[in-house]
Amino acid sequence: MEPSAVPEEEEEMPLTAASGPAGCQLFGYVGIEAVLDQMKIKTMKTGFEFNIMVVGQSGLGKSTMVNTLFKSKVSRKASQPGQEERIPKTVQVQSITHVIEEKGVKMKLTVTDTPGFGDQINNENCWDPIIKYINEQYERYLREEVLITRKRKIPDTRVHGCVYFVPPTGHWLRPLDLEFMQRLSKIVNVVPVIAKADTLTLEERAEFKQRIQEDLKTHAISVYPQEDFDQDPDDRLLNDRIREKIPFAVVGADQEHQVNGKRVLGRKTKWGIIEVENPAHCEFPLLRDLLIRSHLQDLKDITHNVHYESYRVRRLNESNRPALSPLNGLPGKGEGSSNL
Amino acid sequence: MAVAVGRPANDDLRNLSLSGHVGFDSLPDQLVNKSTSQGFCFNILCVGETGIGKSTLMDTLFNTKFESEPATHNEPGVRLKARSYELQESNVRLKLTIVDTVGFGDQINKDDSYKPIVEYIDAQFEAYLQEELKIKRSLFNYHDTRIHACLYFIAPTGHSLKSLDLVTMKKLDSKVNIIPIIAKADTIAKNELHKFKSKIMSELVSNGVQIYQFPTDEETVAEINATMSVHLPFAVVGSTEEVKIGNKMAKARQYPWGVVQVENENHCDFVKLREMLIRVNMEDLREQTHTRHYELYRRCKLEEMGFKDTDPDSKPFSLQETYEAKRNEFLGELQKKEDEMRQMFVMRVKEKEAELKEAEKDLHEKFDHLKRTHQEEKKKVEDKKKELEEELNNFQKKKAAAQLLQSQAQQAGSQQTKKDKDKKNFFFM
Repeated sequence: MEPSAVPEEEEEMPLTAASGPAGCQLFGYVGIEAVLDQMKIKTMKTGFEFNIMVVGQSGLGKSTMVNTLFKSKVSRKASQPGQEERIPKTVQVQSITHVIEEKGVKMKLTVTDTPGFGDQINNENCWDPIIKYINEQYERYLREEVLITRKRKIPDTRVHGCVYFVPPTGHWLRPLDLEFMQRLSKIVNVVPVIAKADTLTLEERAEFKQRIQEDLKTHAISVYPQEDFDQDPDDRLLNDRIREKIPFAVVGADQEHQVNGKRVLGRKTKWGIIEVENPAHCEFPLLRDLLIRSHLQDLKDITHNVHYESYRVRRLNESNRPALSPLNGLPGKGEGSSNL
Repeated sequence: MAVAVGRPANDDLRNLSLSGHVGFDSLPDQLVNKSTSQGFCFNILCVGETGIGKSTLMDTLFNTKFESEPATHNEPGVRLKARSYELQESNVRLKLTIVDTVGFGDQINKDDSYKPIVEYIDAQFEAYLQEELKIKRSLFNYHDTRIHACLYFIAPTGHSLKSLDLVTMKKLDSKVNIIPIIAKADTIAKNELHKFKSKIMSELVSNGVQIYQFPTDEETVAEINATMSVHLPFAVVGSTEEVKIGNKMAKARQYPWGVVQVENENHCDFVKLREMLIRVNMEDLREQTHTRHYELYRRCKLEEMGFKDTDPDSKPFSLQETYEAKRNEFLGELQKKEDEMRQMFVMRVKEKEAELKEAEKDLHEKFDHLKRTHQEEKKKVEDKKKELEEELNNFQKKKAAAQLLQSQAQQAGSQQTKKDKDKKNFFFM
């Protein structure tokens, strides 16, 4: 609580704020740190928003994973029971929103699912609807921001993180994976995970990860946490450790079983019970910690400060596109997506 | 490829219960950590007459010594002096900017006293708006200079507000959070103070001045804010000197008749002001500045610039289009300027050419003239030469003739001599 001493200088400039701040020594307690509590109270009152998107082929366990992450039935399948699951003919983008609360912190969670991705025989351009959806959310936010009379709090529907499920082939990334991640890592934070990792042994897992990391590097795909946005050496250290483990090998489960007298989430097989939250079995805890406990705000910040800003720059520089004329009907369908 | 994008309407948000600990309750902490690493900005504007105690109060509030020279009383007009300081307490870094109104209330004619203040506040909003409107912008590390709180120092007359105060506060109330305080409150007795405060508040209300309302919608702060609001405007005493009271040193002012303790709530409202300004409502002040005052400024400015949210057919305009239109307008202007400049350039060139041609003509004429003169002289010389030659010829002729004559005469003479000789010879014979 003791003040720090910095020598002071001062400058005088009329009508503009002084440029160089001088340091001052405090002789006693002032109470400035109370502003942290004030901020906390305010943010808890307004609540948080988080939008996550899951992309991957059918049957990789996306819905289960999301349910496990948030420990409740947040996925689309769970919320709309009784619907037959058919692989749709085209890629669809569907979102569902829930409000969850924990210890006074309210969060509006939106999970966006992409059934049909990578399931067709010809998967060309199957990423287009997804890219379009992401850009549409940016567009929505931009429009709100650009109004004369703005809302007090602009509703944030932008995708903060996209979890990409890689099938556990054990070999390399497939062309579809590479294409998708290449395009999407430019506009959104992509977190690749190895789905259904219980089919790989630990050595196979390590090799697979190695190959994936090499692939990502060769194709210059920067997945979250991106190296360019490390702010200080501490951040870099922390993120380097995370980057070594990318992509996380995860297993999802929503059923509880009895292990050593405790009830744990896991998958029960004839040869054992795979505990989801056991770091020795799978890396689900790492994923959860990254996404929720430590880097959630960071995901939102990078989306807002980097991806949204680059979208905005692109959009405002489009001088020869008649994109948003109210006379042409609805705004640029199909125009924003082909920028990549 | 047909695409279906389904999004349920925001109304059917479901509330879910969690079956275990997920961990996003650390979100507020994550957010706060980010902010602490970036640091906070807080900008205070102190409006009040010279010598009313603004600098002393700032020193007392922030428990430090901001070095400054006391202002003189003969400033020709009001000007604003801004100084920034970096304060650090535990792990919170605060960039504090204190803006002082130098020369406020000193002039004989105070009609325009409020103008520099309003201009300064607007300039800060404008700077932020410009940054926000840029195409390539960096808002997250922008040094926010917008005024978050305006402390208005009321002179302790004991009667009522001065008209200068009313006018200035009225001009400022829609642009900044005004917190009125009674300065040098140790000159007012307790009973007079109560009357003074209610007079001031009723005057403010009857003149429609919107001062800053401490927020009462949050349960944690509602109570304290409500109790403190009753004591507005705060009667404060500032002092950085310490006096021994009992067995402690406390900030106080020592008079022959007693000691006024700054931090004693019975003596003055300094503690209340510090609580309200810093410990309870700093974040709210910043938020109000951004969401209310700045938005109002932005709306007015954009409407002034010709942007609209809906066009005459009430279909939503996009800023894109107005950007487009403005850009085209601007380019058109540039083009016009360019053309004008080009025309001027061409005209100048023509003029210069004409001038040069004139000069050339002159030169030619001169040259001709000189040539002619030269010819004439030459001719003259030739004539003279001819004359001379003629004369020479004549002379030669004459000379030749004279010589002939002479030789003839000689011959004749020699002949004569011969004749004479012959004659002589003849005579001798």
